[in-house]
Amino acid sequence: MSAATDVWVVVEPAAGGRPRKITYELLGLARTLAGPLRVHAVVAGRAVRGMADDLAAHGAHVVHVAESPLLEPYTTDAHVQAVGTALAGAAPGLVLIGSTAAGRDLAPRLAARLDAGIVTDCASVAIEDERVVATRPTMTRKAIARVAFGDGIRIAVVLPNVYPPAPAEAGRSAEVVPVAFNMDAGDVRTRVVEVSAIKRETVPLTEADIIVSGGRGLRGPENFALLDKLAKELGAAVGSSRPPVDSGWVPHDYEIGQTGKTVNPQLYIACGISGAPQHLAGMSGSRYIVAINKDPQAPIFGIATYGVVGDVFEILPLLTEEVRKLKSAQRAGG
Amino acid sequence: MNVVVCVKHVPDTEAQVRLRADGRGVDESGLNFVLNYYDEHGVEEALRIKERLGGTVTLVTAGPARAVEGLRAGLAMGADAAVHIQDQVVAGLDHIGTARVLAAAIKPLPCDLVLCGKLATDDNAGIVGPALAEFLGLPQATAVTKLELGDGRRATAHREVEGAVETLEVRLPAVITVERGINEPRYPSLPGIMRAKRTAITVRRLADLGMSTPPTAHVELLQLAPPPKRQAGRRLEGEAAAVVGELIRALREEAKVL
Repeated sequence: MSAATDVWVVVEPAAGGRPRKITYELLGLARTLAGPLRVHAVVAGRAVRGMADDLAAHGAHVVHVAESPLLEPYTTDAHVQAVGTALAGAAPGLVLIGSTAAGRDLAPRLAARLDAGIVTDCASVAIEDERVVATRPTMTRKAIARVAFGDGIRIAVVLPNVYPPAPAEAGRSAEVVPVAFNMDAGDVRTRVVEVSAIKRETVPLTEADIIVSGGRGLRGPENFALLDKLAKELGAAVGSSRPPVDSGWVPHDYEIGQTGKTVNPQLYIACGISGAPQHLAGMSGSRYIVAINKDPQAPIFGIATYGVVGDVFEILPLLTEEVRKLKSAQRAGG
Repeated sequence: MNVVVCVKHVPDTEAQVRLRADGRGVDESGLNFVLNYYDEHGVEEALRIKERLGGTVTLVTAGPARAVEGLRAGLAMGADAAVHIQDQVVAGLDHIGTARVLAAAIKPLPCDLVLCGKLATDDNAGIVGPALAEFLGLPQATAVTKLELGDGRRATAHREVEGAVETLEVRLPAVITVERGINEPRYPSLPGIMRAKRTAITVRRLADLGMSTPPTAHVELLQLAPPPKRQAGRRLEGEAAAVVGELIRALREEAKVL
């Protein structure tokens, strides 16, 4: 970087007093980018000081803490104020934020307030020739853009599941710095009335290591139960291509693709999915792809690591049973 | 209720995209452009609000001359008026700069609610909506799947967050970015298309918006490249049990994911 800089990570608290998985991924990336310089974490919530040790163990040298009842649950006004105050004071050269519902809500507004450069959907962030350069999929994944930041505050919104989480090292500690936060309740212009968990979801699709996904080839909503069974054995999340959503078989939040979610799991198992460009736009970044489809001409086979030409209704129960046996053998074997 | 909808004219997502030789953009010759998919949902939501509560629907875009076609598409759906920020410098703006320019154009308009698509399908950034909210000094709700306007002073918005649906009460006026699923956009009617052709579109230069110099871009596109080609791997064919056995072996021993 033209001016060497500390790297900041905006922490996203999740349930249970721990940060969301993406936070650890960002801390790992921040350690790499900061080199000999320091990694700062900024965390805002009701009572979040207790996260400092965990953040330190995962690589933060300094933890900036904003605490207030107004900071939980997340609201745009309160968090932009808290995080913005912490950043404005330090004017860091690089800030990493996770591409989550809250991160995508917060980051652009923060950039506008701080007159910062911002790049969203980053699949990589690196320092090249003293510039911070990010890559991101664009044009429905028909292209990869390389984007360079200018000077000033730079905000990179990084996709989940592309960087490995930072390993914890015991014995590290961080300096804890309080962030001044004095906002009146009346200045927060949104109010979270209710958060209703979507029951089926064990792991959010965007954070899952394994995804089992179904398409038109499943023929009806009842057959998604076959995917649920396999997913349960694998500890996977269940998604879909667009046709099952359009047909009302599964809710909108299942959808992976251009008009749905972008996912980057280790393993993606596409069942009865033909592989329209609109679907590939959301999943072709998966590390390994298994396609199960009876049509040998289906475009999904063009990108599948393992292409199973066969009937999903025959293959899925067999696969589920084999995975179940394997997992129970692994458990028995320790 | 007067609603402003921000729209963008983008390449049809079904179209083949050719990258320019210099890698600095897309070859636009012969490329079909359409109203951004998510913005169609924004226009539809605005029209439904107008049908229930009265008021006007005004479209605003910042873009090259061809972007007028995006405005005409929204007018054909039923919008009342359109503002086109057309200036040489628009092409050089980054997303934050675009939001600044849109904010300057929206400020003088009668406006109780601003709707945007959650992102544009050309660059997938999702930056303009929240940045616009900041520049207008308004609260925001992003990626909204359901919007209910109560007494006109507050709205209730549903947003999908990781593994949950959040119900948010938002003070109005506000900037709302809309997600697919909020509605089913209507097709333009023939009278709508005819009326859209006759509707005068207000053209604004940056100078008209009180901006003597364009906002400085903080990011620069270095290159667009085709995505790395994914090699098709191995076909597993034959008797189902044997195929499944081989798949399990490959996932364990080659991919090491089981």
